[in-house]
Amino acid sequence: MKNSSTKEKVTWAVISVLVLLYALFPVASILATSFKQPSDLTTGKFLPTEWSTVNYEQILVGDAQGLFLSSLRNSIGIALIATFIAVVLATLCAYAIARLDFPGKKMILTTALAVSIFPVISIVTPLFNLWRTIGLYDTWPGLIIPYLSLTLPISIWTLAAFFRQIPWELEQAAQVDGATTWQAFRKAIVPLAAPGVFTTAIIAFFIAWNDFVYGISLTSTEAARPVPAALAFFTGASQFEEPTGAISAAAIIVTIPIVLLVLLFQRQIVSGLTQGAVKG
Amino acid sequence: MASITLNNLVKQYGDGFPAVNDVSIDIADGEFIILVGPSGCGKSTLLRMIVGLEDITSGDLLIDGKRVNEKAPRDRNLAMVFQNYALYPHLTVFENIAFPLRLAKGRHSEAEVQRLVTEAAKTLELTDHLQRKPGNLSGGQRQRVAMGRAIVRQADAFLFDEPLSNLDAKLRGQMRSEISQMQRRLGVTSVYVTHDQTEAMTLGDRVAVLKKGELQQIASPRELYEQPVNLFVAGFIGSPSMNFLPATLEGNKLKTPVGDIEVSEEKVRVAEGKRVVLVGIRPEYFEDASMVDESKRQQGSTFTAELTHTEWLGNEQYGYIKFDPDPEVRDLLDNLAREMDADELRPQIVVTLDAASRIRGGRPAELWLDTRKIHLFDPGTGENLTRDAAAGAALTDEANAARAEEIADARERDAATKQQAS
Repeated sequence: MKNSSTKEKVTWAVISVLVLLYALFPVASILATSFKQPSDLTTGKFLPTEWSTVNYEQILVGDAQGLFLSSLRNSIGIALIATFIAVVLATLCAYAIARLDFPGKKMILTTALAVSIFPVISIVTPLFNLWRTIGLYDTWPGLIIPYLSLTLPISIWTLAAFFRQIPWELEQAAQVDGATTWQAFRKAIVPLAAPGVFTTAIIAFFIAWNDFVYGISLTSTEAARPVPAALAFFTGASQFEEPTGAISAAAIIVTIPIVLLVLLFQRQIVSGLTQGAVKG
Repeated sequence: MASITLNNLVKQYGDGFPAVNDVSIDIADGEFIILVGPSGCGKSTLLRMIVGLEDITSGDLLIDGKRVNEKAPRDRNLAMVFQNYALYPHLTVFENIAFPLRLAKGRHSEAEVQRLVTEAAKTLELTDHLQRKPGNLSGGQRQRVAMGRAIVRQADAFLFDEPLSNLDAKLRGQMRSEISQMQRRLGVTSVYVTHDQTEAMTLGDRVAVLKKGELQQIASPRELYEQPVNLFVAGFIGSPSMNFLPATLEGNKLKTPVGDIEVSEEKVRVAEGKRVVLVGIRPEYFEDASMVDESKRQQGSTFTAELTHTEWLGNEQYGYIKFDPDPEVRDLLDNLAREMDADELRPQIVVTLDAASRIRGGRPAELWLDTRKIHLFDPGTGENLTRDAAAGAALTDEANAARAEEIADARERDAATKQQAS
């Protein structure tokens, strides 16, 4: 790739632009829509005729404030807690898988994989009944637990791959240098695994943040309803108005933290995702 | 500083395979011991048993007379240098070296850590690199950081697991002499695992040769070279390795495929009654007959053979003689080659000739052989029939005395420089 010709460069540039357009057009469309006034929604034009922040006002300080802000709080809280628990458990689990030889090791990995490919929609109905019976329906734990089933498997898999490539010698060297098993893990392994743990955490957070099926099925009030589910409950200013503008504004707001996360930790994520590729 | 005693150590894996089998070694305080052997001989396992990374199935491991079998690695106060250095990539060179000090919480003040690390870095010429990360260092520098981590704490002994195998040949030679000098200066007990002949011969006070988990012989390099106990040690030590020729005794002559060799009476005595013996001849026991002084000529025997080709190396040259052993002996030699990690041993004799020798391949040449130095081996048991145990022991004693002297000298010099500095 170092000495690619001009022709090659142009080809790549064209392809990149096409892919970017394809990927970003919906986002741009939503962004434009979020600044439109209700009367402007059906004009069929891409850009609003008059830029207005009425949609943002509506969801942040206006009618829909209660619905949106509480769901935003729910989403952030639930996703963070689910991510945290998943990463802590997965770190310990993946470490054991990478380092120890114990019976059932293969089974743990296979089970994790099986759980992660299990269709969400097929367990949501029994879960709905179960949660209502034991009182977890419409609560934070009621969402955190099913989210763990989504975030844990992928966390275990990514982290196990990560720990496998950290040379065992490092840990043994630390032990010879005077560290306990726990110290060797904390001082020699954890700092090295940090990029991996970080990547995993971000992936897990995305999964929890983006979930819709559990969010809408296992909640009924503002007590636990996350943003993706809450968007479906938006209404227009009157019953004749579509809530499209408000939904767009809310969609933009919930996208911002994700974009920020990715931009801020771009380097860690990339190094985390590619670390397994080339031996350092 | 400590002595380490291995009493009948055994390491058995789950499948019953003994990786280390009944090994006993007494390592004196300040001694430099090399564990050497072909791959899979259990030398690394043995080292890891000493440091505590590998459980001991049976036997006793004593450090300074105290049994430490059940102690965790961190309680044994040993320092180890790993083959791949095992540096912490997220820490600077300084922090890497300081790592063991920081782990011993409360034992060292920050100022003391600074002082010890700077001192160690100075010894190893790492002062300019203290703030760099291991990833940016060259192989030799990484190796030195790994050594720094070992010397910074007052460990009772150093353990090296093939520390130079990842370096290129030139650097390896340099690091080898650095390790040797450092060990003498610090006078610290060291155990060093290698498969490299040169490292084994140059570094060790004593070298332990292992085969399939069993200790074959432990002695000074010279004793191993001159008085090996068996066929395996004789073949493994030395490069190019010792030639083994099948021979039958007739009178005071050994009939070999390359000709008759006249031998002394005591050699006749040990070979008597055996149908066939293996004659072990090191390449340098041969010489171009025309290059040998008349006075020396009497001590050996002269014979004529045809060299297939010669290799001129500048300071000497190697000549090769083909011979055709009978199948029985051939099997034996092949077996031996396999044990030593080599491919099948080609039935040829390697001879070292003077660089000025005019002998060339393809023509019959007159060669001289120093018969005083040859060894006779029992082809069945591999035992060295002509080993002079007393002479061997004398060689090892000599090496031990030399070590004691060197360490004393080094300490004296150290004390003198310290006095000058203060």
